[in-house]
Amino acid sequence: MSKQRKAVSLISGGLDSMLATKVIQDQGIHVEGINFYTGFCVEGHTHAIRKKDKEKQKKNSSLWVAEQLGIKLHIIDISEEYKDIVLNPKHGYGQNLNPCLDCKIDMVARAWQWCMDNDFDFVITGEVIGQRPKSQRKETMPIIARESKIEDRLLRPLCAQHLTETLPEREGWVNRDELFDFHGRNRKPQLALAKKLGFDEWSQPAGGCCFLTDESYSNKLQDMWDARGERNYEVDDIMLLKVGRHIRPAKHFKLIVSREQGENNFMRGYRPMYSYLYPTSHGGPLTLIDGTPTEEDILTAARVVARFSQGRDADEVAVNYVAKHNEGEQELKVKPMPVAEIPDDWYIH
Amino acid sequence: MSKHELNARNLLRPLPVIRTQNKIASLDAGDHLVVYCTDPGTLHDIPAWCRVHGHTLVSTAESADEIIIEIEVVKD
Repeated sequence: MSKQRKAVSLISGGLDSMLATKVIQDQGIHVEGINFYTGFCVEGHTHAIRKKDKEKQKKNSSLWVAEQLGIKLHIIDISEEYKDIVLNPKHGYGQNLNPCLDCKIDMVARAWQWCMDNDFDFVITGEVIGQRPKSQRKETMPIIARESKIEDRLLRPLCAQHLTETLPEREGWVNRDELFDFHGRNRKPQLALAKKLGFDEWSQPAGGCCFLTDESYSNKLQDMWDARGERNYEVDDIMLLKVGRHIRPAKHFKLIVSREQGENNFMRGYRPMYSYLYPTSHGGPLTLIDGTPTEEDILTAARVVARFSQGRDADEVAVNYVAKHNEGEQELKVKPMPVAEIPDDWYIH
Repeated sequence: MSKHELNARNLLRPLPVIRTQNKIASLDAGDHLVVYCTDPGTLHDIPAWCRVHGHTLVSTAESADEIIIEIEVVKD
């Protein structure tokens, strides 16, 4: 009796990885899914934070895909180790601070290590040649296989017929003739295959699953590095880049002004780690201060907070200031800063 | 059978489900795990994760500021 071959599939939650997995399952391979959490994943975060998005609470796409396919899904937190990919991408960035090729190499390498640790035979991905400008090109496919050290145990079922035969094909574990030759950005072949396989619902991350592909987010990350004079981050930093208005009156301090109640609630959890301000005479936003403001800066910050409070048109707004690691509060009475006095280039977006 | 607790409060998804997964890996069949979370997305994620891994969802409870999910561990 031949050995039951086993593959692990990189599950993003989108259509392509779902199709690639199903195609291989249908060839009698035991497949389990793997999904890596980098800290930059878009899914769920803004919904969880912003109150107005609460109604949009939705399923986790990768778990949902696993359920549809009837496979186990292993979700692995690589947010700490992933820093090196973001900070030092050997192959550089895409349009923003997205290190897509290095990211793919890293994830395939981790999936291959997982295979070796768990007695699995090969890795599959939903990659399609020509679909992504940075990481899914004909010339990047062998780079990913080589640099992840997986070599010919990486199978891309959706475009396999455009690529050199892999070990699972050569050994007859899978039938190459039943794999596909998809290429380019045209989604029609995937949609047709989805229909043939009986899928009528899927999520569409389509590159939008990572905050690093977002221009505004990347600008905030770059601004943080510039201001601190070093390219580094903690996981809490990258969480806070997802929320609030980011306003930088000077290089040495930045304000993170919550935009609504949900963000206010989320940011409250960060009060022990930051200096912060909040209006007391009127309703208004919790504002965290990142950096080292002077006394004059704190007054400026309080005026900005007052501008975003319900007292924006009042002559005076009371704003409490709490210094980092200091339990005492200082009450500041300030005139709200007129909109016209907040320079456009203070806003990081 | 023993009962264990996991504090996943103030963690955004998918971290509560990752912590649940990692905790359950160290438990025995029949053990119960009670997970305390605040991200409402966990009401989708943890039950879905239990279904794909074959663990039993014993109960879910939601109050204004907390979600409590109890799981019974099932091992192959």
